[in-house]
Amino acid sequence: MNTGLTLAAEFETPSVEYRLLAPMLIVFGVAVAGVLLEAFMPRPFRHETQLGLAVAGLLAAFASVVMLAGDYSVAASGSVAVDGPALFLQGAILLMAIPGVLATAERKVDVGGVFAPAGSSTPGSPAERLLVAEKITQTEVFPLLMFAIGGMLLFPASNDLLTMFVALEVLSLPLYLLCGLARRRRLLSQEASLKYFLLGAYSSAFFLYGVALLYGYAGTVRLSGIAEAVSSEAGNETLLLTGTALLTVGLLFKVGAAPFHSWTPDVYQGAPTPITGFMAACTKVAAFGALLRVLYVGVGGLAWEWEPVIWGIAILTMGVGSVLALTQTDIKRMLAYSSIAHAGFILTGLVGTDAVGADGELLGVSSVLFYLVTYGFSTIGAFAVVTLVRDAAGEATHLSQWAGLARRSPVIAVVFTFFLAAFAGIPLTSGFTAKFAVFSAAWAGDARVLVIIGVIMSAVAAFFYFRVIVLMFFSAPAPDGPSVVVPSPLTTVAIAIGAAVTLLLGVFPTYVLELAGLASQFVR
Amino acid sequence: MNPMNYVYLSAVLFSIGAAGVLLRRNAIVVFMCVELMLNACNLAFVTFSRMEGNLDGQVIAFFVMVVAAAEVVVGLAIIVTIVRTRRSASVDGANLLKY
Repeated sequence: MNTGLTLAAEFETPSVEYRLLAPMLIVFGVAVAGVLLEAFMPRPFRHETQLGLAVAGLLAAFASVVMLAGDYSVAASGSVAVDGPALFLQGAILLMAIPGVLATAERKVDVGGVFAPAGSSTPGSPAERLLVAEKITQTEVFPLLMFAIGGMLLFPASNDLLTMFVALEVLSLPLYLLCGLARRRRLLSQEASLKYFLLGAYSSAFFLYGVALLYGYAGTVRLSGIAEAVSSEAGNETLLLTGTALLTVGLLFKVGAAPFHSWTPDVYQGAPTPITGFMAACTKVAAFGALLRVLYVGVGGLAWEWEPVIWGIAILTMGVGSVLALTQTDIKRMLAYSSIAHAGFILTGLVGTDAVGADGELLGVSSVLFYLVTYGFSTIGAFAVVTLVRDAAGEATHLSQWAGLARRSPVIAVVFTFFLAAFAGIPLTSGFTAKFAVFSAAWAGDARVLVIIGVIMSAVAAFFYFRVIVLMFFSAPAPDGPSVVVPSPLTTVAIAIGAAVTLLLGVFPTYVLELAGLASQFVR
Repeated sequence: MNPMNYVYLSAVLFSIGAAGVLLRRNAIVVFMCVELMLNACNLAFVTFSRMEGNLDGQVIAFFVMVVAAAEVVVGLAIIVTIVRTRRSASVDGANLLKY
């Protein structure tokens, strides 16, 4: 045993490749600039400036992702991997964040926006009434969103587990706060925030202990170093297996997979709806990216050990999500369980580790990448539609209030039906192509039983989506039912982007599927 | 002394923290249990750093401290708002969202 610490003989200046890190640096730069704007900009101009800055930053970051395409290497002394999956997911997160930010910035549907004027004011207190009377609106949410997006960009690209842990916290901490800032139903919102925070911190502690054990196993937290140690079978196997298990628990929590899903419905229901949509789409993309990288690059040599576990979790997740969604009476909770079910479908694709396509692409990776894009855009669109159905108390989220919605607003009912059809996986929507991709990857990876269970579960899931459709089109509307608000162009554009991508990827999926195939190789 | 004992100690501390999160009712105490888990991780990192003979683990411990401090800022803000609204820090009190 070596007890002396070998100090580095010479200090090596860490290299920072600004070009490769540009997408993240732009987003973090915009976030910091947003904080400064909050301090120095007069209040009346803040909302427009913050919104413009955020969208411009996202577009600039996306442009730099596009410019990096095909140029794969590691950056920042090896702690950030700039490779196919990382760039694909970064591009996806940035593109989804644009409708997410637009929907968040909506101020016409609810006067003053969806956020409380000040998160610190006690609900119902004179201080809160004063703030509402002065029509003060919250603009700190834009920097918070940008910090979260920056963390999400780093999370699937992190090439060592320390960077991954820091990215996990950078993406989570702003989201905990954003969940608690709803203008209406503030008690629910604060409760969602508390639950998300306590459970999120709990799961990141598990993640960190997993990192510690893997460090003890391999002597490094670099994923390539862990992979080398796994293939040379050096070190203590107990540390390796326990560490991998704890690490996976932390990641599966973020993904919302059963049995670590219990936070999902509560948080999705309580959080402000545009934030729910953003979180459901982008966090899932980032967390699946990190999960893919850990499982394929870090402990790819252990695939025999983790594949059966992911099998079981995929089945459990699909089952819990689909069956419990049947019993829901709240539309946001139903969409939350649907998101759990989708996490299960995506995990199915992940099992196809040894499935290789015609051009040598890893089908397991490319199908997951494609599914994440399709699911994300449909989700942001669907939650944006939920914000429009309102009564005097705010959003009307109880399912009975949605009865006969098609008579009040045929357009909104048709658009929502389209999103539900995509979730259910009906042909000509992106959901069908995506389900087909993950199931064929799992089939090619010899997980046939899993595919059959997956198909049965998607039939069960289709049932509760169609229940909502039937309710909207074939029930009589309640006399004092909610009305559908005409939003400002912000939400309209967000819904239109979601619907357009859902349709395009359903009808012409080839281009994005090929892109996902090209992007399926990790650098090591 | 065998450094592996410190790893066992960290595992015990981690388990106490994990059990505390599940068993305690007060949000502040639950949060302190999470911090105990993070500190158990730090102990493991430093011990493994000693055993492996490289400094990575010690540097990671510093990172973890900073992250934990940031988490305290966000966490206490959320808990304080809840306490002001509900006049109680009990996690059982927050029960509007269920099923």
